Amino acid sequence: MSAEAATNARFRPGDAVRVRRAYPPGHVRAPFFCRGKQGVVEELVGAFANPEELAYGRDGRPSLPLYRVVFRQAELWDGYDGPARDTAVIDVYENWLEAVR
Amino acid sequence: MSGHDHDHHHGHDHGHDHGHDHGHDHGPFQPDIEDRPLTHYQAMTEAVADLLVAKGIVTPAELRKMLEIIDSKSPAAGSKMVARAWTDPGFKQRMLEDVIAAAAELDIDAGGIPIKAIENTEGVHNVVVCTLCSCYPRLLIGLPPDWYKARAYRSRVIREPRAVLKEFGTEIPDDVELRVHDSTADLRYLIIPARPKGTEGWSAEKLEALVTRDTMIGVAVPQP
Repeated sequence: MSAEAATNARFRPGDAVRVRRAYPPGHVRAPFFCRGKQGVVEELVGAFANPEELAYGRDGRPSLPLYRVVFRQAELWDGYDGPARDTAVIDVYENWLEAVR
Repeated sequence: MSGHDHDHHHGHDHGHDHGHDHGHDHGPFQPDIEDRPLTHYQAMTEAVADLLVAKGIVTPAELRKMLEIIDSKSPAAGSKMVARAWTDPGFKQRMLEDVIAAAAELDIDAGGIPIKAIENTEGVHNVVVCTLCSCYPRLLIGLPPDWYKARAYRSRVIREPRAVLKEFGTEIPDDVELRVHDSTADLRYLIIPARPKGTEGWSAEKLEALVTRDTMIGVAVPQP
């Protein structure tokens, strides 16, 4: 990961985050089922060209930090049929994340 | 003769009775590939390929060769890396830190897209899906199986992973965390399955044979 990506990233591993509860039209890269859900940053992967801009033929600048965010399955799904320890790790770009205070 | 309406402009006499209606379902015959209409993107792909050839940017032989290379990818490279990781802790550590660099050590080209290796442990079993599309580390484990791209797998393994794995014949005990990785962005995932007990002293070739495609997706575990 570039030093720039690490410096500019808003979140660090261990930070509690929530995926924005937003439903804009067009090409978006945050899965529907995690919108509004709370998780914890597992890893800052690096900075990548913004795929929601690339999809329309633009250059994807400025690039966005990408995180691996871990969620409890029971947080994602009502009535999840499995042990409470089960998790999902979703790759989410920073424009979709907000801090949980 | 059952009233089919072929329009024989070419003016010769077939001299026989077709005896059936071409408009109906031919029953036991499997339809040819062309019998289904092209999707929008198939038509676009064919049109772009035709244009690239017409404008002299690529030759038909180059297109054919590229398809042959893509189709020739198999899980062998991934199997080799995992078997090496099982027998060489230093290599495993380097693979967990940087899959592409670790692949290069074995003269394997893992491409330019970042790949994350995730290790199954006694406490955690991992499985990979791309819920939004069908992202997959093709250079290391070949072309994705149809089920990986199917809506059924993509929608179900994220919300009922234990049931889906059970359908694949894989039961994960309740005291093991089942972790689903949703590969929806710029990362590809490769699972390093746990080395089965009783394989101590096995040759690299014998170990590689245990590391199948499905064990590196995480829907199966190696069976010695």
